[in-house]
Amino acid sequence: MNRFDYIQPASVAEAIAAVSEPGSVYLGAGTNLLDLMKIGVSRPQRVVDITRLPGLDRIDWLPDGGVRIGALVRNSDLAYDERFAKTFPVVAEALLSGASAQLRNAATVGGNLMQRTRCAYFQDLGSACNRRVPGSGCDALGGQSRLHAVLGWSEHCIATHPSDFCVPLVALDAMVEVEGPRGTREIALDSLHALPGSTPEQETTLAAGELIVALRLPAEVASFADNARYLKLRERTSYAFAVVSAAAALEMEGDTIRAARIALGGVAAKPWRAREAEASLAGAKPTAEAFAGAAELALAEARPSGANAFKIELARRIVARALNFALAGTPQEMPALPASPFSTNPGAYHVA
Amino acid sequence: MSPENAASPLQYGRAGSNAGQPLTRRDGLLKVTGRATYAADNHPDGVLYAVAAGASIARGRVTSLDVAAAKAHPGVVEVLTPANRPPLAHDPDEKMPPFGFRVDVLQDDTVRYVNQPIAMVIAETLEAATEGAALLDPHYEVESAAVDLESGERFAPAAVGVGAAARTAHGDVEAGLAEAVRVTEVDYETPPQYHNAMEPHAVVAEWDGDRVTLDMPNQALALSAAAYGAYFGIPAENVLIRSPFLGGGFGSKAILNGPQILTILAARMLGRPVKLALPRKQMFGPVGHRGRTWQKLRIGTDGEGRMTALHHHALAETSTFDDFIEPSANIALPLYAAPAILAEHEGLRLNVGTPGPMRAPGAASGSAALEAAIDEAAEACGMDPLAFRLANYAETEPGTGRPFSSKTLRECYAEGAKRFGWSGRPLEPRRMRDENGFLVGWGMGTAVFHCPHFPAEARATLRADGTALVETAGADMGQGAWTALAQIAAEALGLDPSQVEFHSGLSNLPDGGVAGGSGHTASAGLALHKAGGDAIASLAELATADAASPLFGAGNIGVVAREGRLYRRDDETRSDSYADILKRAGRAQIVGTAKAARDPAVASAYAMFSHGAVFAEVKVDPDLGQVRATRLVGAFAAGRIINPRLVQSQYYGGMIWGVSFALHEEAVTDRRTGRIMNADLAEYHVPVNADVPSVEAILIPEEDAHVNPLGVKGVGEIGITGTVGAVANAVWHATGVRVRRFPVRIEDLVAGRAAG
Ligand SMILES: Cc1cc2nc3c(=O)[nH]c(=O)nc-3n(C[C@H](O)[C@H](O)[C@H](O)COP(=O)(O)OP(=O)(O)OC[C@H]3O[C@@H](n4cnc5c(N)ncnc54)[C@H](O)[C@@H]3O)c2cc1C
Ligand code: SF4
Repeated sequence: MNRFDYIQPASVAEAIAAVSEPGSVYLGAGTNLLDLMKIGVSRPQRVVDITRLPGLDRIDWLPDGGVRIGALVRNSDLAYDERFAKTFPVVAEALLSGASAQLRNAATVGGNLMQRTRCAYFQDLGSACNRRVPGSGCDALGGQSRLHAVLGWSEHCIATHPSDFCVPLVALDAMVEVEGPRGTREIALDSLHALPGSTPEQETTLAAGELIVALRLPAEVASFADNARYLKLRERTSYAFAVVSAAAALEMEGDTIRAARIALGGVAAKPWRAREAEASLAGAKPTAEAFAGAAELALAEARPSGANAFKIELARRIVARALNFALAGTPQEMPALPASPFSTNPGAYHVA
Repeated sequence: MSPENAASPLQYGRAGSNAGQPLTRRDGLLKVTGRATYAADNHPDGVLYAVAAGASIARGRVTSLDVAAAKAHPGVVEVLTPANRPPLAHDPDEKMPPFGFRVDVLQDDTVRYVNQPIAMVIAETLEAATEGAALLDPHYEVESAAVDLESGERFAPAAVGVGAAARTAHGDVEAGLAEAVRVTEVDYETPPQYHNAMEPHAVVAEWDGDRVTLDMPNQALALSAAAYGAYFGIPAENVLIRSPFLGGGFGSKAILNGPQILTILAARMLGRPVKLALPRKQMFGPVGHRGRTWQKLRIGTDGEGRMTALHHHALAETSTFDDFIEPSANIALPLYAAPAILAEHEGLRLNVGTPGPMRAPGAASGSAALEAAIDEAAEACGMDPLAFRLANYAETEPGTGRPFSSKTLRECYAEGAKRFGWSGRPLEPRRMRDENGFLVGWGMGTAVFHCPHFPAEARATLRADGTALVETAGADMGQGAWTALAQIAAEALGLDPSQVEFHSGLSNLPDGGVAGGSGHTASAGLALHKAGGDAIASLAELATADAASPLFGAGNIGVVAREGRLYRRDDETRSDSYADILKRAGRAQIVGTAKAARDPAVASAYAMFSHGAVFAEVKVDPDLGQVRATRLVGAFAAGRIINPRLVQSQYYGGMIWGVSFALHEEAVTDRRTGRIMNADLAEYHVPVNADVPSVEAILIPEEDAHVNPLGVKGVGEIGITGTVGAVANAVWHATGVRVRRFPVRIEDLVAGRAAG
C-alpha cells in the first residue's frame, strides 16, 4: 500500500482544514474507500478520519417533526431506530436491503451517500475509465454492461450509483447539510449526485473540501408512512447490489391518491426521481392502469447503454410492483427479507 | 429400514464400534474458537512477505517492469522477474507426473492469461510488498487473445479430466437416433467457475540447507512433496508439508501452482522464510478453475419413452499451453440404459489459466446439461421426469453390461420423491402458484459419482497404556476427514475414538493418498483399517503365546478386539486388556502398518458409483424474474456411512453448490481483454443463507461388498450432480421457459427466452 498521512481531526473545522491539502479524502467507516485504496483506484496522500468528530452520530428530531441525521450515524443504527423506522419506513427498508449486516453496522450515512460506482471497469486499473482518469475513455461501453445505466447516461460514462439508501431519500426530498471552506450550505439530495454528461469525474456537486455533516428529512413526508415500500431486484436473495430497485410512497385519501413519490435505483448515475410519474398519480385512483402508466412515464426517457435493454422493462415492472406494494400498506413489521420480492406481504401481490 | 432413521447411530454401528455414529468434528472446537492454525497464521522469525504481480493482459509479452521503482520502495527486499529468477530442477513447461500441470514461474516474458504471475515482490511487510508490486508498472506488447468460441482453436484431446477417455462409444448412436420416435436435441452452456475456497492459496516456506518446510493448505501431501522435491532438486523426503487445516480446497489445492513455487524459490534465494497468501483476485487465473463448456445432447426415444440412443458431446475450454478438459460428456455413460451411447469431447484453446478439477469435475457441468436434457426428453415424450428416468433405469452398466458393485438408486428415487411430495406434480409447466402468486416449479435430477480408490498407507501404534496413535498423511478440507478416519481407525483397533490420537496433515507420515475424487475416506480409511488390523494381529500373537494370558493358546480360535481388550472368540469370559498384554510382554508399543489399494480384478469386474436423486422446488416472481430455490430434497446411497452427520453436511454443501451453479456462479469475462470483471466475492456470487431456505439430505442404506472391504463409497461431490439439473428443471416447470445457459438469470426469464 502506498504511504499516506492519517489525520484524526477533533472538530469539523479541523477536518475541513485538514482536507484542504490536495490529495486528501475523508474517511468514514472505510467500507468503500479502503477497498478502493487496496485495489489502487483511490490513492490519497492524506486520509482524514472523520469517525471521531463529536456530535455527528446523533439522530435529532426537529420541533416540526422532521429529522436530522448526523453524517456518522451507522446505517444499522438508523434503520433500527424505532421512531425513524416508523416515520420513514421506506428508508429503513432500503437501508436493510443493502450490503450485509456487518457492513451496515460499520457504514456511515455520509459514506453511503458518497459511495462510488461499482462499475467493474472503474475498479479495474487496466481499463479506460473517464470517471477514474478523465478523458481516458469508457471501457464499459461495449463491454460487460448488462447492469449499467439506462437513464441519464452519456457516451462518456454509463455507470450507476449503487446506493439503496439514497433511492427513498431522494423520493422524500432529503436535504444534505454540508460544511466546507466557504461555510455551510444545504443541497437537495436530488442534486448531490451528478449525471455524467461530458464530465463523469465530477461525481457529486460537493465542492473541494466540503463535508457532509447531516441529512434531513422534512416533516411533511412522514405522511407517506402508511403506504411506502422499497423493492430491490437482486441476483441472489440477499447481499447483492440492485439490478434495479424502486421506492414508492403513496399518500391516500380514501381510495384516491393524494400524492405519490417514486424513485429508481440502479438505473442511473444518481438515484432517479420520477417526478412526471408521480404527478400522473396525484388525484388518480390506484388502479393497475394508473400504476402501469406511471411506470411507463418513469422510464419514458430510458435507453439501453449496452446489453441491458431488459433493465428498462424490468424497471417498469418494479415501479408498478412497488406501487402495488405501497398501496397494500407498509408492513407492521420489517419483512424478514427487506425489499425482496420474496418478502411477501400477504395480499399485496395480485395474481398476474 | 426407513431412511428417516437411517441417520441414527445404531443403524450402521457394528457391535462395539463407533463407526456409523454422528460424532462432531474432532477439530470443531479449535475452529470455532479461532485456535486452528491455518497456513498463513504462521509467522516464523524473520519472515518476509511475497506478493505476485499478475498480468493484466491475456496474451502477449511483458516489455518492461519498473523493478528499480519497486526496489526503491522502503521495505522491499527483492523483485523476482524472468531476469533473475533462480533455476528450477524441473522444466515448468513440462507436466509434472502423475497429474501436475505446466506452471507459470517467470520462465520468460510471455503472457498467456490474465493474472499470470509476471513478477514477485518480496518485502519486510505485506504492505511494502503490495506497494512494490503496484510500482512495477508493467508495459506489454499485446497480442490478440483467444477468449471465446469464435476466437479459440478447437482440437481433439487425447484424454479428458485426469486420464479419462475422450471418446467412448457403445453401440451405433446414429442408428439408434434413426429408429427413434422422437429425438430431443439441445445445446447447453456452462460458465467458467472458480473454486474460491474461503482460505486463499497460501504458503509459508522455510529452508534449512537442502530441506524445506512448507506450511500450506494441501489436498495431496505425498504427491505434492514429491513434486516440490522435483522442482527444487531435492529428495521428496526433504520436503515437509504441514497442512493441519484447510479452509476449503475443492480440488484446487491438490495441484501445484506458480505463485506458491515462486514463493518457495524466493525463500531459498533469500535465505529467509517467505509467506504468500494470494489475494482473492489472483485466485482467478493461476490456480485452476472449472472450464467453460458448450454441450450438445441428442436423445432418441421410442414410443414408450425408452431411449434408443444417447449422444453427449462436450466442447470444453482449456489453456493455450496445457490440457484439462472438463470430462462432462462422460456423465452420460453410467446412468441411463440406452442401447447406444456416445460420449465425446473436444477442446477449445483459450487464453485462460489452465482449468483443473473443481468439485465434481466434469460431473457437475455434464450433469447440469444431461439432467436438463433428460427433462426435455421426458417432456417431449409427455412423461413425468421420474417415470421417464425409471423407464430408462440401468440395471447394469450401460454399454459394458458390468454389474454395479451396488446400486440403490431406485430407493433414492422413491424415498426422495416421497419426502418431497413429487407425486402431486402437474406435468405441464406454469401450473403452480403459491398463496402470494409466485410461480412454483418442481424439478428433479439424478445424482451420480464414480468411486475412485487411491493407494494409501497408514500406521497404527498401540501404546502401553492401551491407547493408540494412528497416522496417515490425509487432508481435512473441512469435510471432517479426521473425524471419520479416526472413527475407522478406532473401530479397527477396538477402541473408543477418544482413545485414539490421530495424526495427519503432515507429508512425512505414511502416504494417505489424495483428498479428491470423493475417495479419501475409502482410500485412507482402508489403509487405517488394515493398519489397525495389523496391530491387533501382532497383539493377539503376543497374548495367545503368553502363558499368563487368559487367551493363551487361542491362536487358532481367534480373538475379537473390543473396548481395549481382546476376547477369545468362542468364550467371551476370557479376555485380556491391551495394556496388560503389552506390559507382560515388556513392550512399550506395538506398531501395525498397511498399504492398501483396490484390487484391479474387482475394479474391472464392477462398475462402482454412488447414486442419488435430487428434487428441487423454486419460486419465481412472474413479472420480475427473480428466482429462489425454496426447497431441496436429496436422497443418496453411497455404501456404508461412517459418520452420518458429516455425510449429511457433505450432501448439503454439494446441493447448495448445485444451486450456486444453477442460479448464481459465473466468472464474467471481458471479451476484448480476457479480463475477469467480477474477480471478487462481492460480484462473483455464491449463495447466501437466504438463497437456500430448506435443504434435506436423506441417507439411503446401502451395502457394498465389492467397492472396498469397508463398503465405503464417496459422498463429497455427488451432491452437486443432479441438483443443478433439478433446479433448472424446476425453473422451467415454474415458468415454461427453458434456459439453456447457466446460471439462469433474471433477464432470461423476463424476456421469456423461449424453448428453441
Ligand atoms: C461487499 C459490499 C456490498 C455492498 N452492498 C451494498 C448494497 O447492496 N447496497 C448499498 O447501498 N450499498 C452497498 N455497499 C456499499 C456500502 O453501503 C458502502 O460501502 C457504505 O455505505 C460506505 O460507507 P462508509 O462509511 O464505509 O464510507 P467510506 O468508505 O468511509 O467512504 C465512502 C466515500 O464517501 C466519502 N465520505 C465519507 N463520509 C463523508 C462525509 N461525511 N462527507 C463527504 N464525503 C464523505 C469518502 O471520502 C469516500 O469517498 C456494499 C459494500 C460492499 C463492500
Ligand atoms: S461507465 Fe463510467 S465508471 Fe464505468 S468505465 Fe465508463 S466512465 Fe468509468
